[in-house]
Amino acid sequence: MIPSRDRTNFLNRQSFLELDARGRAASLFDEGTSRELVGPFDRIESPWLAIQDVTPQEDDGCVVMKGKIAGKASVVVALEGAFQGGSMGEVSGEKMTAALDLACADSEKGVPTSAVILLETGGVRLQEANLGLASVAEIMASILTLRKHAPVICVSAGTVGCFGGMAFAAGLSSYIVLTREARLGLNGPEVIEQESGIDEWDSGDRALVFAINGGEQRYAMGLADALVEDDTPQIVNAVRRFIAKGLPPIHRSSQVELYRRRIGALDTSRQWDPSELRRAWGTNGSKEDNR
Amino acid sequence: MEQIEFDYPAKRKVSRRAHVGVVGSGGLEVLLEPGEGERSRVFIRTSVHGFRDTWKAVLDRFFSKYDGVVRIQINDAGGTPGSVMLRLEQAVEESEQ
Repeated sequence: MIPSRDRTNFLNRQSFLELDARGRAASLFDEGTSRELVGPFDRIESPWLAIQDVTPQEDDGCVVMKGKIAGKASVVVALEGAFQGGSMGEVSGEKMTAALDLACADSEKGVPTSAVILLETGGVRLQEANLGLASVAEIMASILTLRKHAPVICVSAGTVGCFGGMAFAAGLSSYIVLTREARLGLNGPEVIEQESGIDEWDSGDRALVFAINGGEQRYAMGLADALVEDDTPQIVNAVRRFIAKGLPPIHRSSQVELYRRRIGALDTSRQWDPSELRRAWGTNGSKEDNR
Repeated sequence: MEQIEFDYPAKRKVSRRAHVGVVGSGGLEVLLEPGEGERSRVFIRTSVHGFRDTWKAVLDRFFSKYDGVVRIQINDAGGTPGSVMLRLEQAVEESEQ
């Protein structure tokens, strides 16, 4: 079921979208438990941007915080969508990988440490090409190792959304939390239009983009685990709920046969309607498969 | 990207550092840290070339009211003079909380 829009709370809500990456990360923790690791004053910035005439950011657009969520040890890694489209470079990628690996090391030592990744990203940072690609591979490997011990929760609230290589990271996570303002997909609409033409996908048609990539559609197709309003308490509650729940019985990305079957059954000779996909793949179906 | 540096006379000790802002289009980040001696130093990296005089005017005005001994790093992605001043004032507010 798609939750209906909560109009009563519209004026009083505390917008999550209006927070920057640091504010978003900090909002998730139990009060007074969080501290930032490798912050802006450590000045570990990208060594590649300045030589390409791009102004760097001191934290390379990646905020790492450690603390407790719902009383449990957790690490939060937030990407800053406003800095270079939240793209993954050598430094931001290494920060995320190291945070996940440390959570894994703590988990193996008997302190299960969950990870929450706040993804607002177009994927690999083009200025850092291969180093960014390598980072994405390392992040995927680290998520796969950590998720044996503790849940990895992906939150994409918008408005950048989550695309490119980092959509794999979202796909590998234990739970995905989206808002209606979020978009989740592998190739972004602009990329598809550029590569295959406007007849294939008009990226300027926002209704079409959200009907396909939008948070509501992704949730209704069973590709996300929670759909929440742009309201910080709602997002915090969803994250706390999934941390309390622990590991899912089976990760979505481990259900290879299910998704192979579904993709195989799609008749690609005709244009599918987003609502048909909801019916064919819908949340209810996923829940049965998850038992 | 253009790099610009300024320094200003200062006397008051500052104890806390502050970080505000994001290097997003039309925005900037400001890192303000306690400095040493009796000068404040400002290091600017900006994606927009040729506005040294405008930067000087904004910082002259800022340091006409602010006397903390600080080291300020500004990473700018095209902030307007108004938003630069607001970010500087926000950094001061945070460092003096």
